[in-house]
Amino acid sequence: MLKRAKALFLSLLSLVVSLPALGSAVVETSTRQLNMPQGVTEVSQAAYDIHMIMVWVCTVIGVGVFGFMFYVMYAHRKSRGAVAENFHENLVVELLWTIVPTIILIVMAFPATTALLKVYDTDNPDIEIKVTGYQWKWQYEYLGEGVKFMSELNTSLDEVYGREPKGEHYLREVTEPLVLPVGKKIRFLVTGNDVIHSWWVPDFGVKRDAVPGLFTSGWAKTDEPGIYVGECTELCGLGHAFMPVVVEVKEEAEYNEWLAGKKAEAAEYASTIGKQWSAEELMVRGEEVYERSCAACHQSNGEGIPGVFPALKDSPIALGPMVGHIAVLIDGVAGTSMQSFADQLSEVDIAAVVHYERNAWDNNVGDVTQPLDVLNYKQSK
Amino acid sequence: MAHGPATLADGWKAYISRWVFTTNHKDIGTLYLWFSFAMFILGGAFAMIIRAELFQPGMQLIKPEFFNQMTTMHGLVMVFGAIMPAFVGLANWMIPLMIGAPDMALPRMNNLSFWILPFAFAILTSTLFMEGGGPNFGWTFYAPLSTTYAPESVNFFIFAIHIMGASSIMGSINIIATVMNMRAPGMTYMKMPLFVWTWVITAFLLVAVMPVLAGAVTMMLMDINFGTSFFNAAGGGDPVLFQHVFWFFGHPEVYIIILPAFGVVSQIIPTFSRKPLFGYSSMVYATAAIAFLSFVVWAHHMFTVGMPIAGELYFMYATMLIAVPTGVKVFNWITTMYKGSLTFETPMLFSIAFVILFTFGGFTGLMLSIAAADMQYHDTYFVVAHFHYVMVAGAVFSGTAAIYYWLPKWCGKMYNETMGQVQFWVAFIGFNIAFMPQHFLGLAGMPRRYADYGLQFADWNMVSSVGAFIYGGAQIMLLINVILTIRNGKPVADEKVWEGAEGLEWTVATPAPYHTFEKPPEVK
Ligand code: HEC
Ligand SMILES: [Cu+2]
Repeated sequence: MLKRAKALFLSLLSLVVSLPALGSAVVETSTRQLNMPQGVTEVSQAAYDIHMIMVWVCTVIGVGVFGFMFYVMYAHRKSRGAVAENFHENLVVELLWTIVPTIILIVMAFPATTALLKVYDTDNPDIEIKVTGYQWKWQYEYLGEGVKFMSELNTSLDEVYGREPKGEHYLREVTEPLVLPVGKKIRFLVTGNDVIHSWWVPDFGVKRDAVPGLFTSGWAKTDEPGIYVGECTELCGLGHAFMPVVVEVKEEAEYNEWLAGKKAEAAEYASTIGKQWSAEELMVRGEEVYERSCAACHQSNGEGIPGVFPALKDSPIALGPMVGHIAVLIDGVAGTSMQSFADQLSEVDIAAVVHYERNAWDNNVGDVTQPLDVLNYKQSK
Repeated sequence: MAHGPATLADGWKAYISRWVFTTNHKDIGTLYLWFSFAMFILGGAFAMIIRAELFQPGMQLIKPEFFNQMTTMHGLVMVFGAIMPAFVGLANWMIPLMIGAPDMALPRMNNLSFWILPFAFAILTSTLFMEGGGPNFGWTFYAPLSTTYAPESVNFFIFAIHIMGASSIMGSINIIATVMNMRAPGMTYMKMPLFVWTWVITAFLLVAVMPVLAGAVTMMLMDINFGTSFFNAAGGGDPVLFQHVFWFFGHPEVYIIILPAFGVVSQIIPTFSRKPLFGYSSMVYATAAIAFLSFVVWAHHMFTVGMPIAGELYFMYATMLIAVPTGVKVFNWITTMYKGSLTFETPMLFSIAFVILFTFGGFTGLMLSIAAADMQYHDTYFVVAHFHYVMVAGAVFSGTAAIYYWLPKWCGKMYNETMGQVQFWVAFIGFNIAFMPQHFLGLAGMPRRYADYGLQFADWNMVSSVGAFIYGGAQIMLLINVILTIRNGKPVADEKVWEGAEGLEWTVATPAPYHTFEKPPEVK
């Protein structure tokens, strides 16, 4: 009997051990990280330290309690001839195991409090960045610098649905990462635009909920350049798993160069608004924008998801007057998940996507939406 | 006896009428237990879909929108449909037997509180087939994802929650009324079995917090349909208010689930240790203390929401305190075994596993209470692992123990011990393979409720899925065991069934007659 059980156990064990290997055959990169990362900031280090203290305290208590329990299970079993005693109270012991844990907890409260104070030490930042959660992407705004951009998943749906092999950075890559300098204290002001999201970078120890109508703040300061990947951690709808956070920490000179580049881009962009775009240019750009920002809900074929997201193919808005169509994008539809895209997309992108929707999937309205039309609508309000 | 229960031999009409119109606490207990098992299988099926999709990175079987419906429905069905009704079923069966009462105090209300439940879950499950799909906002249904951004079926979800709440409140009032009024002469409060104590305290918790849940869903209903803005920031409301209201219900809710489980284990361990429960009165006080604390710690679910630091510190300290009464319970169970005469029948195995795994879940709970560390744990698989250790290895293991323990009394037949033990080991091993790796996943950075994940999480997800399938298989074994016992188990005639069993429920005949304690017993 015992032998059989042993064989069974061994085969089960080998199953468990061989499984990860099986997994790795399918997947190229697979790290075996088991513990919380120490990270690269004071806050992440503080979280790690208090985490490890707790792990050890629990381990010691656990070994003691379970050790005693296993001893009892071995020593006092009926099959070994144990005869039950009849005691069922002992005031001293009972007081002791109430008081001793209380003391342990009081002692642990000190490091726990210090660590939390560190998390909340958000005063006197060098740089402030507003982080806004959108369904399903992040917007970063460098306050006072006039730089603002969207950061969204850059993994193709083909990879997600297995039509293409998964790349090394599957679900860990974005169109444009948040860029930060080393050695500067950065304060993140986190908020949400539609539903609640949560902005998390494990290596910074920063996880702050992005609640519409509310700002929460966190901070980071690191001396280690590198790329740090995080996630959205509050369920925010069907794209919840598809809005990673990627942060690139650069040396200060590189950072300044990057920031200057972003500012120049913004200035250059202002000049393209006035330009007349051709229908072909708009179609190409529009499809790109549509796939990135709209297809998750309205679907690539424009047919939506019945009952939740309306079809744009043959939709009265898409076939109706252009101004009405632009209005839906600029103002959103109150009380629905069709949010305003005025802050998320540039005038050029809005013009392109409107043009695309009016002329794709046999909609064939035939008009051309120019960035100026979008600007005019914005200014008319 | 005036009239016995109708059996199939009396014709199917009489048989169905018996179950539909029954006011007998044993019949209603049986109905609750079967219903909860059916829901357990349903919720388990949802879990299997989730784990199958997460077996590998990428979307293979289902779409993210359906995945979100599955996580939501899994949570709702397991909490409200499987675990809670299972313990109400045990309460119905055992409380009158344990306190020497002929039935529950309010038998007709008892019937009603059961029979509205199947409708609630029929409504809830039917949303999956509606246009736009079922609830997809998580079992915690945070606004505004569950209001402005919800599928239209959310109104049915709200209705279902209201019915479940009404059922729970009626069930609780019944338990409180029974225990207060129908104890046999001599059965003082401090002589009541611990299962009865934990249930009375649970019932008070339910009566206190179910209306809060009803309030939360009603505010949602108003926001969705009548233009109010309780949770809508654009209209001057506050999404965080929803979380406060929800967790004011939600935290006591987790104790509502676990306290009766404590009660069950406190009955079983003394039986198989052949020794009285150690520290009875401290067990009662610890239960009351846990219940009280459960009302004042709710915001530890919201450490990342941006509370002022004073609030965070308060909720952290208060949460850490819960470890004290919980520790008292664990120490008492182990000391009950100390110098006993132990045997390890299936109910005892499940109870010991309960103590070990629940304590393990308690340790991770203590870690989660440390706000600074929780900034890293929050909403990751570490939390998923934590609450499955306390809910599954806690509530479900103890429920399983209860079934093996009392089944012979209920049906007069003994289950097959070998099959029981095999089922235990499959469940125990499967459970740990499924949920232990989730601690690692969470610490390494995998958020919960993710339909898909990066390649770095592939290994442990695969292991976890395999464990989940094994654990799922163990539940089918349980079902088979129970059915085989009822149909062709070895008859037991002994009133006590277990050598070490103590208490009034073991003084009535085996199987327990349809009517018991028509003349109240004398308790000395
Ligand atoms: C989060 C999901 C979501 C995303 C992303 C989204 N929409 Fe919508 N959209 C909706 C919903 C829901 C409606 C229906 C609103 C209503 O009830 O009137 C809608 C309505 C519309 C309509 C009006 C259609 C009609 O016939 O009423 C247009 C046009 C539209 N969206 C365009 C877009 C464009 C362009 C984008 C991308 C820039 C986009 N949407 C992104 C959810 C979304
Ligand atoms: Cu999100």
